[in-house]
Amino acid sequence: MAKTIYQKIWDAHEVYTPAGEDPILYIDRHYAHEVTSAQAFEGLRLAGRKVRHPELTFAVMDHNIPTKDRDKPIADVLSRAQIEALRNNCAEFGIECFDMFDERNGVVHVVGPELGLTLPGMTIVCGDSHTATHGAFGALAHGIGTSEVEHVLATQTLLQKPSKTMEVRVSGKLGAGVTAKDVVLAIIGKIGTAGGTGYVIEFTGEVIRALTMEGRMTVCNMAIEAGARAGLVSPDEKTFAYLRGRRYLPANKSFDALSAEWAQWASDAACSYDTVVELRGEDIEPQVTWGTSPGMVTGVSGHVPVLAEIADANTRLAAKNALAYVGLAEGLPITDIKINKMFIGSCTNGRLEDLRAAAKVAKGHQVDPSIELAIVVPGSYAVKKEAEAEGLDTIFREAGFEWRDPGCSMCLAMNDDRLNPGDRCASTSNRNFEGRQGKDSRTHLVGPAMAAAAAIAGHFVDVRNWDYK
Amino acid sequence: MQPFTQLTGIVAPLEALNVDTDQIIPKQFLKRIERTGYGPMLFFDWRYLADEKTPNPDFEMNAPRYQGASILLSKDNFGCGSSREHAPWALENYGIRCILAPSFADIFYYNCFNNGILPVKVASETVDQLFAEVRASEGYQLTVDLEALRIVKPDGSTIAFEIHPFLRERLLNGWDQIGLTLRHEDKISAYEKARAIA
Ligand code: SF4
Repeated sequence: MAKTIYQKIWDAHEVYTPAGEDPILYIDRHYAHEVTSAQAFEGLRLAGRKVRHPELTFAVMDHNIPTKDRDKPIADVLSRAQIEALRNNCAEFGIECFDMFDERNGVVHVVGPELGLTLPGMTIVCGDSHTATHGAFGALAHGIGTSEVEHVLATQTLLQKPSKTMEVRVSGKLGAGVTAKDVVLAIIGKIGTAGGTGYVIEFTGEVIRALTMEGRMTVCNMAIEAGARAGLVSPDEKTFAYLRGRRYLPANKSFDALSAEWAQWASDAACSYDTVVELRGEDIEPQVTWGTSPGMVTGVSGHVPVLAEIADANTRLAAKNALAYVGLAEGLPITDIKINKMFIGSCTNGRLEDLRAAAKVAKGHQVDPSIELAIVVPGSYAVKKEAEAEGLDTIFREAGFEWRDPGCSMCLAMNDDRLNPGDRCASTSNRNFEGRQGKDSRTHLVGPAMAAAAAIAGHFVDVRNWDYK
Repeated sequence: MQPFTQLTGIVAPLEALNVDTDQIIPKQFLKRIERTGYGPMLFFDWRYLADEKTPNPDFEMNAPRYQGASILLSKDNFGCGSSREHAPWALENYGIRCILAPSFADIFYYNCFNNGILPVKVASETVDQLFAEVRASEGYQLTVDLEALRIVKPDGSTIAFEIHPFLRERLLNGWDQIGLTLRHEDKISAYEKARAIA
């Protein structure tokens, strides 16, 4: 019978289903970071349990770490304690940890793929909802809670109910200046933030095939913002080409043998899904969110909604509350929205391709005087190094952007990179919830080129008409 | 996890509807790295005065007669809000092993079973009656018997309750999720062997 990639991975990892209970699923790879792991380790300690397979877990500190003056002690005692706890727990339980000065350090979802730890056909979990990112490689990857982290550490399995499958097919071609971020925001705009609830999404179609691996990661990263448990893309030649030569590939097989195995995971041509959603690449323009959820989004040529034009009462109420919070007038053209801060980075858009796109826009321009802060935070040290080798840091600095060390940074503002009340930020991250980047701050989600262009213009502009220098 | 078979203890009244997890443990305590030590933070905003130290005399549970309580009596929809496990952790650290209420929020209800706490659904009228009895006699204690599925009152009368047989078995045996999965350790080992995971 023809199977989807999800069914193939599920079938290969179902250990056992006790009668009347949830299936036990084997976990191939577990990532840990400092915010959601400490209590899980303590739980093991209290119960006198060991980590079943320390070699299958990799840890990295990313959420709390500073992105500048990293050599100085961290002032926030609680942040410092969380970082130290991860360091000590990894040492105690024999887990490899990419500490904050390690060349392999970076945001967990950037680092895993980069090191070749994320591979097609794997089951991958992390105490972090954006674990969906790893689905770009054809892995079944999702976020879990702290008790589940402990469960995975102790048993290398997870109790999990099967999901339904949804195909999101993006056909045709993207216009110039339209990126992976715009694709995923358009998808969320179409199906809504709960549209994927109960599903695992497989992204298919010519547009997805044409994306780079980095672009596919951006799309899968935000599957969770559409409510889906996980998002994935069937592996292909691009997947294999990306993985070639990566540091942690299994050493006992030739690359050709590995690629041949990986290729088997792809969905069979004749497979079917519980639900199918279709979009046309040609219809997607650069996207900008206007509200307080990623689904409150529109094309750059659009405008903030007019409440009376929203038919559904609940949607209208949500929009009304969102507009009150973000302080925007109904009907305002998107390009009239002025910003005072800008953030490029995160596991959504902190990879080399993202920085290249932003630098291309920034080159030869200057950040507008109305911008109080514009920071570029590479997703990992590896990204930082490659970007610097290409001179991107110089381009950013000359244009008036700050060039930082890697980390989650202003994506969730757990370190010092935080917006002030009333700030309005163009951000390449994934959540524009109330207070996400700082109490009473306002976030507009965009792609990296759009963010850079907004910082230079002082307001959103259509990057498709950009004056590249 | 501590098994739960039978418990006799002081009953503390918390007469409020929709007690949410933010009230059980406010979010400023989520940056901590421990799983224990949340007891003093339980019901933080209700329990202390504005100086965050002095016990609030108007918060009924603070009364000396309820100190050492292990059973909490409350109203409908207990534990609604976020999924934070800090909520059951705080209750358990404080010493609460059993909660009696007419209804519970779903995630919280299941989180209790991962933390050795027995949530018991008791009819509204019975809960109201219990509030009256608890307040009427200092040192009021109940015995909650999970094996026999009944609550025994000081006068010897009983209240029967129901619980999913599998959840009951988990608590009686002190099985957390991990314990449960480890019953099938042989299956996991066989799976690993078949896949040559050392
Ligand atoms: S960059 Fe943002 S979304 Fe990604 S892991 Fe860090 S905090 Fe989470």
